[in-house]
Amino acid sequence: MRLILRVWRQKNADAEGAMSTYEVDGISSDMSFLEMLDTLNEELILRGEDPVAFDHDCREGICGACSLVINGDAHGPNGVSPARADSRAWGSTTTCQLHMRSFQDGDTIDIEPWRASAFPVIKDLVVDRSAFDRIIQAGGYITAPTGSAPDAHATPVPKPDADHAFEHAECIGCGACVAACPNGAAMLFTSAKVNHLNVLPQGAPERESRVLDMVAQMDEEGFGGCTLTGECATACPKGIPLFSITRMNREFVRAVGKGR
Amino acid sequence: MRGGGRATGGPTLWGSTVGKKTVMAVSGLIMLLYLVVHMIGNLKIFFGPGEFDHYAHWLRTVGEPFMHYGWTLWLVRVVLVVAVVAHATSAYQLSRRDIKARPTGYVHKKRRASYATRTMRWGGIILGLFLVWHLLDLTTGTVHSGFRPGHPYQNVVDTFSTWYGNVIYLLAMLALGLHVRHGFWSAAQSLGVGSRTRDRLLKTTANVLALVLTVGFVSVPVAVMTEVVS
Amino acid sequence: MSPYADYATGEPVADTKAPAGPVAERWDTRRFEAKLVNPANRRKHTVIVVGTGLAGGAAGATLAEQGYHVEQFCYQDSPRRAHSIAAQGGINAAKNYRNDGDSIHRLFYDTVKGGDFRARESNVHRLAQISVEIIDQCVAQGVPFAREYGGLLDTRSFGGVQVSRTFYARGQTGQQLLLGAYQALSRQIAAGNVTMHPRTEMLDLIVVDGRARGIVARDLITGAIDTYFADAVVLASGGYGNVFYLSTNAMNSNATAIWRAHRRGAYFANPCFTQIHPTCIPRTGDHQSKLTLMSESLRNDGRIWVPKAKGDDRPPNRIPEDERDYYLERVYPSFGNLVPRDIASRAAKNVCDEGRGVGPGGQGVYLDFADAIARMGRGAVEAKYGNLFDMYQRITDEDPYEVPMRIYPAVHYTMGGLWVDYDLQTTVPGLFAIGEANFSDHGANRLGASALMQGLADGYFVLPSTINDYLARHPHGDEIGADHPVVQEVLAETEDRLHLLLAVDGDRTPDSFHRELGELMWEFCGMARTDEGLRKALERIPQVREEFWRRIKVPGTGAEFNQSLEKANRIVDYLELAELMCLDALHRAESCGGHFREESQTPDGEAARRDDEFSYAAAWEFTGTGEAPTLHKEDLVFEYVHPTQRSYA
Repeated sequence: MRLILRVWRQKNADAEGAMSTYEVDGISSDMSFLEMLDTLNEELILRGEDPVAFDHDCREGICGACSLVINGDAHGPNGVSPARADSRAWGSTTTCQLHMRSFQDGDTIDIEPWRASAFPVIKDLVVDRSAFDRIIQAGGYITAPTGSAPDAHATPVPKPDADHAFEHAECIGCGACVAACPNGAAMLFTSAKVNHLNVLPQGAPERESRVLDMVAQMDEEGFGGCTLTGECATACPKGIPLFSITRMNREFVRAVGKGR
Repeated sequence: MRGGGRATGGPTLWGSTVGKKTVMAVSGLIMLLYLVVHMIGNLKIFFGPGEFDHYAHWLRTVGEPFMHYGWTLWLVRVVLVVAVVAHATSAYQLSRRDIKARPTGYVHKKRRASYATRTMRWGGIILGLFLVWHLLDLTTGTVHSGFRPGHPYQNVVDTFSTWYGNVIYLLAMLALGLHVRHGFWSAAQSLGVGSRTRDRLLKTTANVLALVLTVGFVSVPVAVMTEVVS
Repeated sequence: MSPYADYATGEPVADTKAPAGPVAERWDTRRFEAKLVNPANRRKHTVIVVGTGLAGGAAGATLAEQGYHVEQFCYQDSPRRAHSIAAQGGINAAKNYRNDGDSIHRLFYDTVKGGDFRARESNVHRLAQISVEIIDQCVAQGVPFAREYGGLLDTRSFGGVQVSRTFYARGQTGQQLLLGAYQALSRQIAAGNVTMHPRTEMLDLIVVDGRARGIVARDLITGAIDTYFADAVVLASGGYGNVFYLSTNAMNSNATAIWRAHRRGAYFANPCFTQIHPTCIPRTGDHQSKLTLMSESLRNDGRIWVPKAKGDDRPPNRIPEDERDYYLERVYPSFGNLVPRDIASRAAKNVCDEGRGVGPGGQGVYLDFADAIARMGRGAVEAKYGNLFDMYQRITDEDPYEVPMRIYPAVHYTMGGLWVDYDLQTTVPGLFAIGEANFSDHGANRLGASALMQGLADGYFVLPSTINDYLARHPHGDEIGADHPVVQEVLAETEDRLHLLLAVDGDRTPDSFHRELGELMWEFCGMARTDEGLRKALERIPQVREEFWRRIKVPGTGAEFNQSLEKANRIVDYLELAELMCLDALHRAESCGGHFREESQTPDGEAARRDDEFSYAAAWEFTGTGEAPTLHKEDLVFEYVHPTQRSYA
């Protein structure tokens, strides 16, 4: 199929950016979206033009590197699912798992980078997501130096708690939640880690400081606040639910209450 | 060997996005409680000027002899003013922050589910403006020609005998209903009491509260207009 | 004959660090004999760690906890994205929580045997010992392993092993273990003990006076090339499967760090040992950029078949039962569809080579669940494999509940890597290699759920113990500066290489060369190798390399974010490494594990090992681009697990 691509091009962080229009032909519906961009880039290189920069790595939906807003949707049209607070969003996926069969011959596709002041553009469609790393550094861990661990069976963890932890530990840190949120908020990302670690007995000793420190860092990075639009949970390729944020709020209130 | 320690010395309720939402939730719930009481009081109008004016007077004597005349009412007013200021300031600051966090929009525009966010923001502004008018109209009487202190029944009937009084009031109550509907559920999330299993209960409660408040408040101007009350 | 194939055999190489004595006591002995660094002195030492996967992330965090200063590098935008994250199945540990007869010795035995007797006994035994501590460590970090209703850890059996020793977190075990290591690393970054350099790629190794003292790395955002110095360098940069272009590796996983280290003196061991995983989603066309693995567990209930007739292009459900060839069940009646990875892969290749493959290009075989659905009901199949079926459907747009899946083998893991001794030190003093980057523990074939175990064992436990010995013997003293002549030379070489890539301005893209090399390698150094084919490849590779330097086109400049330049520079190293892989495959005229030489098979077509000639690890020494390397053999001695021929018929 033949497609018209309108792509955000920006030379570097300081340069002005704009949408540029390209035409690609001979696109197979079996191609992944990123392979379609590979095709464009091969042509651009041979024409002596600068290929479109975009982040990608594992191309199997788990590393969280790919990050495109396609026709206004973070990770593209497959990410659309009913905006229900209780949804383990179905059908959501990462850009690398989006295939061209989701598009029609002759379509015009708009491709833009994640937009948030905490995610400055590095080049074209590549943004700087190091703010996420700093949120984790602020408290998204359990202090357990190597060698200090008791036997794995020393503390049983109720299965529902283990499942709850896993459900939230699935977060791939792609940033789609921030990209989709009209407030550029990182609540879903932060809450996923708070939920994962705070529900486990191993995470209990740092339960209060974790949520307080991570929220403080999140604010420091310039992310917005939550207005519960649910856009984040809809875009999330791993289906982290909106209630994850509710639970983080509870942890926060609890921690403030304990004065830690 | 803990990590870097507190990023900012630890956030307080007021010092963080999450905390400010808690402040909004608590202040909102205080106002909501007040509105329920207020609405029930309003319904006294259906039992004639005697009962309504008596009720209005009682508001000033409640708590006696422990409280002096009017103290309780002033106490309530102080609490409400604090709640309103905290609610509005938080909302303003959070909105400013939210807009700043997303300085560049997408070229490809989508109709977003930020509908609720927008109704909350604009609804909040409408309610704020209404509140000012409402106080000037029925508490101080500044904008009320022929206002008679101590005769609330008559003042209410006067207000709802003007077309603009009705329009302003009806619009405001509509905004109130929508605001309460999303706000109550939101507050539950901000306070962390929401969950998958409790969600239906919370949403139903929010809808019932919104409906009861709106119907209750609107019934007064409707009654005046239809001359059930005059 | 290619001059490259005319290699010389040098002095044998020996592991001088593994203590003598009973295998079960060697690790304790070594830890006791290794010198320690006074805690007060540790912070004076800087260690460079390249890579943030299971091995690198764990090592960086642990070294920092011990008090060392760590400078850590990854090419990704965040240490959390290393490709360990994509591992699905699980992690082995000899916990014996099931009371099913497992033990450290059994895990040791299974791993040596699974590696087809080409791994070092001391290392494997240590791995089995440490496996137990890894699970404890990960649970303490909050890794959400699957649990039973009683709150205790669940395990499953994996890869034909007779005990249930694989711990897992749904199909995302690698992700969860990696995030555990990443979080531990994050804590040390926040504490200032680790300086993290994301989006920074190592391009060369700095060796001064025979010791590894630093690296040259490029900031991928600004393009700035810089030097970083340390008292020791640890490479945890993963495997080199991307030589094949199409593999299950991440797109940017590359061999540059280990290959540049090899060029600077580190021996490269068993480069031809690559693992080809039988159950991947087949490619759909020339546009294909990467292959996706489907969990091996599907073979528990799916039946593999192809049409009996060549070129039968009827849809699968129109092919009657008696015209189908369930070839694994036919050839291996007792193991059927559950034969080991290497055998299943090779059998698929054979039927496709006969022209009986299915799907586009005939590069696929059916994995059919019709019988399983009829037997267990759709619901049960969905509960067991639902997420895999969804993933398959998303990629192929075919519903595996209705139409059989199509699968084909794909390059998945490389057992070879930098040669290391028991301390995980390479032949360059001060240079260590951990995880998939080294050659150590898997021999000629890796068992399922063992890669995660090895990465974490190396990173959390082995390296942090053994590196002390090196650092204690080389107390921090002489500073190396950027103006040191050796440093200047390495830096200049790196800059020249990049300048040259940009200057050629030819007419072919980096990907076109990578794809060409990959096809060549897959054809001649893939699932089945022959003397003739390997010699052909050894002739072709230098030609491709020559053409590369004549026709490559890299747009832009080196002083900016330039993904084409990154790619082209990695291909430079693949073009050299590929040659070594082919030579190693050519010289090893036996079949073992993932290395199948058609000349060396049993009468019924199985791999025939030749222990009398090849019971050694082949460590290659670099002598110059395109020049025949020197082979150093490390003899493998089996005192506890005695080599036998595998049989699955």
